[in-house]
Amino acid sequence: MTKNKRIDAPTGTQTVGHEWDGIEELDTPMPRWWVFTFWGTIVWALGYIVLFPAIPMVSSATQGLWNWSSRGQFEKELQAEAVRRAPITSALAAISVEQLAGDERLYQAAVEGGRAAFKVHCVQCHGSGAAGSAGYPNLNDDDWLWGGDMPAIHYTLTNGIRQPDHDETRFSQMPAFAGVLSNGEIDAVTSYVRSLSGLEKASPKSAIGAALFSTNCASCHGVDGKGLRAFGAPNLTDGIWLYGGDKASLTTTVNNARYGVMPRWDNRLDPVTIKMLAAYVHSLGGGEANPAPAATPVPKAAKVASHVQP
Amino acid sequence: MSNPKDLTGPNQPLYEARKGVYPKAVDGFFRRLKWGIMAVTLAVYYITPWLRWDRGPYAPDQAVLIDLANRRFYMFQIEIWPHEFYYVVGLLVMAGIGLFLVTSAVGRAWCGYACPQTVWTDLFLHVERYIDGDRNAQTRLEKAPWGPQKIAKRLGKWSVWLFIAFWTGGAWIMYFADAPTLVRDFWSGEAAPVAYATIGILTATTFIFGGFMREQVCIYMCPWPRIQTAMMDEKSLLVTYKEWRGEKRGSLKAAQADPAAFGDCIDCNQCVAVCPTGIDIREGPQIGCITCALCIDACDNVMAQIGKPRGLINYCTLDDAEVEKAGGTSHPVLKTLFRSRTLIYFGIWVSIGLAMLFTLGQRTRLDLAVQPDRNPVYVRLSDGSIRNNYTLKIRNMETRPRIVDVYVEGLPGAVVWTPAGKREFATQHIQFAVAPDAVHKVQLFVAAPAEGPEHSAFTISTIARTGDESGDSDTVVFERPEREKEGEQ
Repeated sequence: MTKNKRIDAPTGTQTVGHEWDGIEELDTPMPRWWVFTFWGTIVWALGYIVLFPAIPMVSSATQGLWNWSSRGQFEKELQAEAVRRAPITSALAAISVEQLAGDERLYQAAVEGGRAAFKVHCVQCHGSGAAGSAGYPNLNDDDWLWGGDMPAIHYTLTNGIRQPDHDETRFSQMPAFAGVLSNGEIDAVTSYVRSLSGLEKASPKSAIGAALFSTNCASCHGVDGKGLRAFGAPNLTDGIWLYGGDKASLTTTVNNARYGVMPRWDNRLDPVTIKMLAAYVHSLGGGEANPAPAATPVPKAAKVASHVQP
Repeated sequence: MSNPKDLTGPNQPLYEARKGVYPKAVDGFFRRLKWGIMAVTLAVYYITPWLRWDRGPYAPDQAVLIDLANRRFYMFQIEIWPHEFYYVVGLLVMAGIGLFLVTSAVGRAWCGYACPQTVWTDLFLHVERYIDGDRNAQTRLEKAPWGPQKIAKRLGKWSVWLFIAFWTGGAWIMYFADAPTLVRDFWSGEAAPVAYATIGILTATTFIFGGFMREQVCIYMCPWPRIQTAMMDEKSLLVTYKEWRGEKRGSLKAAQADPAAFGDCIDCNQCVAVCPTGIDIREGPQIGCITCALCIDACDNVMAQIGKPRGLINYCTLDDAEVEKAGGTSHPVLKTLFRSRTLIYFGIWVSIGLAMLFTLGQRTRLDLAVQPDRNPVYVRLSDGSIRNNYTLKIRNMETRPRIVDVYVEGLPGAVVWTPAGKREFATQHIQFAVAPDAVHKVQLFVAAPAEGPEHSAFTISTIARTGDESGDSDTVVFERPEREKEGEQ
């Protein structure tokens, strides 16, 4: 090709030597600064190769003089983030669960932290939107088995439900009525329970069920069927059914009873994360106000004001 | 571009060193026009950030401010929010069409008069002439060996250039923060690192592009000359050497000896000497010509001296060049300016401007955006009713705090509350205090009886109780459980 180079007469410039269909290309010299810039980029690249990981070897790449790695940078960013969060984390560690809902700024920070922790530890059972499913409570609603104020939620999170070898855990045991009551009696009881929330109309069968209910069930679920949080006994008069309110599900429940479990988190998570999870669950729409402190000294007026939610 | 002899031949070098360009000072109509435009553009650039504009206590008082940190763009009485970025897009489109308009009407006038590269290079050239002297003195100094005088002059020139370059970068950052505060922070070392970095970069580019790269930026770097070649037509104004009048060129003496054999061009080379891009306009239209028209001034001065009519080099269209070559008289300039192409560009340009002004006048300063929370879609409450959650974004775009009402319409029995409130006290209506010039983001709970269609559209509205009493509304859907499921239970 070089041999085809020639001087183009009108411009006086050399051609590059190749030709297609009579079209030739001029080899116009580049500006000097452009060539220097090109060499500059090569020098820059050499520096980059020396300082950063660059050349692939058998098991890894060359380290580079600065010993930089993306993982190391990520670690540094995590550390910086922990430092940035330190004031909020220590404030959360210091504040009591009862007071957290009254401190709007801290509460919001806790909710956001809890949102992230929930996605890691809780979604497996409660779902990513905390909507639960059969047997796993929906945390968005206003119905609580064990209480929906901050201290109650925090207690449930800390100690779990029906955890063996843990004295503080939430525990209740509904008897399995198979064998205790006949099938007909269980049919009557379920009809009565369904009539409490208007799923069925009152009938002679439900009247029989009412009598059986007051003997066998009222001690935990209450005479009116509204449940008792101290026992984790559900309210049977509302519209929410953890295991289903249809006839078949209820029959199974009465026959076999249900013993849902939830892990205790005090031996898995740090206290701040548990507080943040409590705040997040509390914020989902069903959170209740703290119970009125019984027999404690009357707090100062200013403190009361700070507990009132805006 | 002409190729110097040393680049031809089989052993041409790989690269071409920049040929020094030492434009000679010239005076004339176009030079004075350029002085004027330079004064105006530089004044606009340097003074604008210092203009004040009172917007009350909740907004900055800088007339033109691009507040990137807070995502606001202030331009006199107009304040633009990020979601109104289409106004900025509109301005950019207008700038683009404006360039088309100017190009089709008067050719590369942007390049020759208003481009920052041209204006700053021109400024640097004046500094150079002030310190080194005019063209001949500059070439002499360039060739002279390094000595105390040359070093002093070079250092002096570069210092002044650096000074100008520094203030160029310094003025730029003033558009992005409160100017007086930024100046104080800058000199006390408290300004943001990005401010120092920006000044450093712009100082370097101004110094290098204005002092050393100059016409190389136009010829090698800038895409605009290439776009120009597609934009120009036979009716575009070009700086034209009228070779039918000038040729055959020859010295004044030769022309006097034989007037019939020579044209008006006396080959004095003044047009080449004054050219800031170092081209010879007599070679015809070329990419290196930025149509600064200084060669017109130079040639007119010579024509006046030798008693010939002015305009041997002049603005002229290719069409008119043909007419003049054939002995006719060219069209008046106005006819060149007002032709269908320029009028269409102007029409588009004006329409975009008017449309933006109209929408600016129509826009409300309270905006509501409602997003339904999708996970879960609905929540059944213990009393059997259904709750849907929505995330509201209430934008208060007035620069004062406002009380706004939010209420729901078209959903029977619905009540609204927020996570901070209680359902017991909920009604169809809720009130928020929204901070000035801010977005109030809040989760809204809407509960309604379970009886009703599976998907019911309803309206969430907001209205300002203070300020301009503007309002906005959004239609969203309230979701209930599927029917079959209802029957099961």
